[in-house]
Amino acid sequence: MARIIVVTSGKGGVGKTTTSASFASGLALKGHKTVVIDFDVGLRNLDLIMGCERRVVFDFVNVINGEANLRQALIKDKRVENLSILAASQTRDKEALTEEGVKRVLDELAADYDYIVCDSPAGIERGALMAMRFADDALIVTNPEVSSVRDSDRVLGILASRTRRAESGEEPVREHLVVTRYAPGRVHQGEMLSLEDVAEILAIPLLGAVPESETVLQSSNAGVPVVLERDSEAGAAYADMVGRYLGEELPHRFIDYQKKGFFSRLFGG
Amino acid sequence: MGWLNIFRSNSKSSASVAKERLQVIVAHQRGSRAGADLEYLPSLQRDLLEVIRRYVKVNDDAVKLEVERDGDMEVLELNITLPDRSSRAQHAS
Repeated sequence: MARIIVVTSGKGGVGKTTTSASFASGLALKGHKTVVIDFDVGLRNLDLIMGCERRVVFDFVNVINGEANLRQALIKDKRVENLSILAASQTRDKEALTEEGVKRVLDELAADYDYIVCDSPAGIERGALMAMRFADDALIVTNPEVSSVRDSDRVLGILASRTRRAESGEEPVREHLVVTRYAPGRVHQGEMLSLEDVAEILAIPLLGAVPESETVLQSSNAGVPVVLERDSEAGAAYADMVGRYLGEELPHRFIDYQKKGFFSRLFGG
Repeated sequence: MGWLNIFRSNSKSSASVAKERLQVIVAHQRGSRAGADLEYLPSLQRDLLEVIRRYVKVNDDAVKLEVERDGDMEVLELNITLPDRSSRAQHAS
């Protein structure tokens, strides 16, 4: 039985799609059969971040409506084995995501995959609710910034009340905090909330922190999930995060302020 | 630049201001969430009053419901005030 992971945040632009792409790729790299689904109907972007935008023929809504089957709509990733992408529709609106339709597609995928990663749209409207609805785990993507933290708390409220697990009284959705765009230097200066602060305010366990990094933009320019950039801090942070999710004990990296010495400042080290 | 810190140390860092503001907001959001599942309290109160009135004549404010929270535990306290014996006796006669 597959485990369903929703990547959500409430606020837009905090790194949900970047996280979905890298987390799904990371799980597949570890040998798990993984599919990542874009729930942002009307504003699809996961295909761009994954670099497969030219291979989208059928999408999630086509499958829900019975206009195509899963085999036709799933795009096999060319770089990573065990990884498939289900794109969102560009032309429909979010009302196309019916609860029965979403459930049917997830059930069918669950027979073939180990992990189903649901990339939620921003907001708390239908698309976001449907992405959360059947989740077993939730990655709460949060920037260390007031509006993002507040929105994350709103999303935690929805996870605790409007998901299948919440309504059936089963074990609740497991929540994991993912802090992105983290700048240890600014935290050191007292200009940015620390990881400890964010985790304390939201009261959920920290899965990982991704440092602010130029590589994230560069890899989205190229359509390569940043986790594949193994030498970059952001890529390594995502790889660690996947390892921790799978139960490995890995210390958090790239979260401490490295005071630059006189010489490294002089020579731009 | 060290001397600038003399001024800075007087005011709180912006990160700690952010943390305090968020703690207030989150406590408030969670408070209203916790209340959301108890929306039925007023109608429960009405129904209880109706049932009790089938047996005893009581005032409108005879049924009191209160919820107390202690960490994860919630206690629903129900208080029913019966009329004193003399007025009940009158009622019966």
